[in-house]
Amino acid sequence: MPAGDTRKTATNQAIDATFRIERARIIAGLARVVRDVDRAEELAQDALVVALAEWPKTGVPANPGAWLMTVAKRLAIDALRRDKMRERKHEEIARTLDETFDRAADAIEAALDDDLGDELLGLIFTACHPILSPDARAALTLKVVGGLTTDEIARAFLSSEAAIAQRIVRAKKAIAKAGLTFEVPRGAERASRLPSVLEVIYLIFNEGYAATAGDDLVRPDLCLEAQRLGRVLAGLMPEDAEVLGLLALMEIQASRQKARTGPDGAFIPLTEQDRARWDQLLIGRGLDALARAEALGGDGPYVLQAALAACHARARRAADTDWPRIAALYDRLRVAAPSPVIDLNRAIAHSMAFGPEAGLRLVDEIADADALRDYAPLPAAKGDFLFRAGRLAEARSQFTAAATLTRNARERAFLLARADACDGKH
Amino acid sequence: MRVMVFAKATGDSDKGAAPAPEAFAAMDRFIEELVKAGVFIAGAGLKNGAEAKRIVCEGPGRTVIDGPFAESRELVAGFSIWEVKDMDEAVAWAKRSPNPTSGRSEIEIRPFFEAADLAEFMTPEELSAPRDGERGKLGVA
Repeated sequence: MPAGDTRKTATNQAIDATFRIERARIIAGLARVVRDVDRAEELAQDALVVALAEWPKTGVPANPGAWLMTVAKRLAIDALRRDKMRERKHEEIARTLDETFDRAADAIEAALDDDLGDELLGLIFTACHPILSPDARAALTLKVVGGLTTDEIARAFLSSEAAIAQRIVRAKKAIAKAGLTFEVPRGAERASRLPSVLEVIYLIFNEGYAATAGDDLVRPDLCLEAQRLGRVLAGLMPEDAEVLGLLALMEIQASRQKARTGPDGAFIPLTEQDRARWDQLLIGRGLDALARAEALGGDGPYVLQAALAACHARARRAADTDWPRIAALYDRLRVAAPSPVIDLNRAIAHSMAFGPEAGLRLVDEIADADALRDYAPLPAAKGDFLFRAGRLAEARSQFTAAATLTRNARERAFLLARADACDGKH
Repeated sequence: MRVMVFAKATGDSDKGAAPAPEAFAAMDRFIEELVKAGVFIAGAGLKNGAEAKRIVCEGPGRTVIDGPFAESRELVAGFSIWEVKDMDEAVAWAKRSPNPTSGRSEIEIRPFFEAADLAEFMTPEELSAPRDGERGKLGVA
C-alpha cells in the first residue's frame, strides 16, 4: 500500500511541523501550571501522540495550538486523578488546574494574546535563570524553547548525548528544587535577570559562529537558532534596547558568515573579506534593530557592540571604515563592559583612527593586565603598531613573542611571516 | 533554510480592488505571528499589474510591455522571505495564511539555493574565494 503510506507520512509530517511551531508555547503554558519542565514536556509530547491518532482522520484543526493545549490539559488532570487521589489536596489541585488550563486554552484561542507571549517569556527567563550555569542554560533553552533534540544539542556543542542529557536533567532538578514559578520577572528583577538571558543567546550564537565550516553537514546551525531566539525575544520585549542590541549584533555578525573563511578553511579578517558576500538582507535587519535600540536611548554593552558591528557593515570597502567612530564607541564600551580584551580592541581602533602611536600609548596602559598575560593578540597588536611606526626591530620581537604564545598553527605561521617581513624591510 | 513565499494575485486583487479591512487585519495578524516566531525576515506587497512592466529579452533585443497583463493568476501580488527549519515548517505556516479572497488564491514557496546546491556550478574554492570588484549582491543568497 505505497500510496496509503505516502499519504500517512505526509500527514505525519504536517502534524510534526505544526507541533514544532506550537511546542514551545504549549510547554510554556503547561510549565506555569504544573511547575515542572519535565512534566510539561511529557504532556506536550503526549498531546502530540493524540494528535497523530486524531488528525489523520479529522484533518489539522483550525487552531492547532488551542487543540493541543486542551488535550494536554485533559491529560494533566487525568494524570493527577490517576495519582489515586491519595490526598484531598490533589483534588483541589485538579480543580485549580481545570480553571487555570481553561484560561490558558482561552488565551491560545485568542492566538495573539499578550498572555501567550508572556508565558513563553516566562519559560525563557526560567530556562536562563542565573542559578544555572551558562552551559546548562544554553542546553535547556535549546531543548525546551528551540525544540532541538538532546542528540542535536550534543552534536552542536561537540559533546556526547549522555553528557547533554545529564546537564539538562540537572538543570530541571535545580529549577524544581529552587521552586521557580515560570513567571516573567517584573521591574528591577527583570532588569537584573535579563543579562543572563542575553548571555545564553549570545553564547549559543558564538558557539555556532566560532565553529569551523563543513566538518559535520548535519550539525544544527546554532547561529540560526540563536538568531531565531533573538527575534522571538525582540518580539516579546520590543521596548528593551539591549534585547534589540543583541539581535542587531547577531544579524550583522551573521551577515558576514559566507565571507569569513577561505577555501582552505582559514579565517579571513574583517578588513580583508569580500564585502560583496555580506548578506545585505541581514545587515538591513541589523541596522533596523540597532536604530530602534538607539531610539530607545540604549547604550548598554550589546547596543554598543552592535553599533561597532554596524560601522563595518556600513563601509562598502574596508578603506571606508569610520575608525574614529569605532574608537569613540570602544571608549564607551570599556565603561559599559570593562574588560582587558575590549581595552586591547580599543587600542587597535585608536591606532586605525589616529595612528600607531595612539595605539601604542593605549596598549602600554594595559600591558600589565593579568588577563592579557600570555595572550597572543596583545603582542601581535603591539607588533603591528610598532611595524607601522617604522620600529621594525621592536616589532619583530613582538611578532615572535606572539607566535610563541599562540596555540593555533595557522596563526603562528601568519605571525612568523610578519616577523620575517620586519627583516625584509631593513 | 531560507524560502521565498509568493502570494499569487487573485482576479480581484489584480483589478485593484482594495482588500477588505478585515482581510487586511487578518493578514496583519498573520505576519505579526510570523515575526513573533522569528520566522519572518522580509516582505512586501506589490501594486497590481496595471502598474507593472515586463521586459522581454529575445537574443540581443529588448521589448518593454506595459501592464496590465491577461493571465492575472500568475502575477505575484506580494512576497516574503522566511527562515524556517525545513519545507514542512514553511508549509505549516503557509497553511495558516488567511485567504485574502472568498475564492481561490495561491501561495508558492520556493527554497533558496544554498552553498551545497551550487556544488555543480562552483567548487568550494570558487564559492569562498574573494572576487575582484563590487559584485553588488542583493543580499538574499
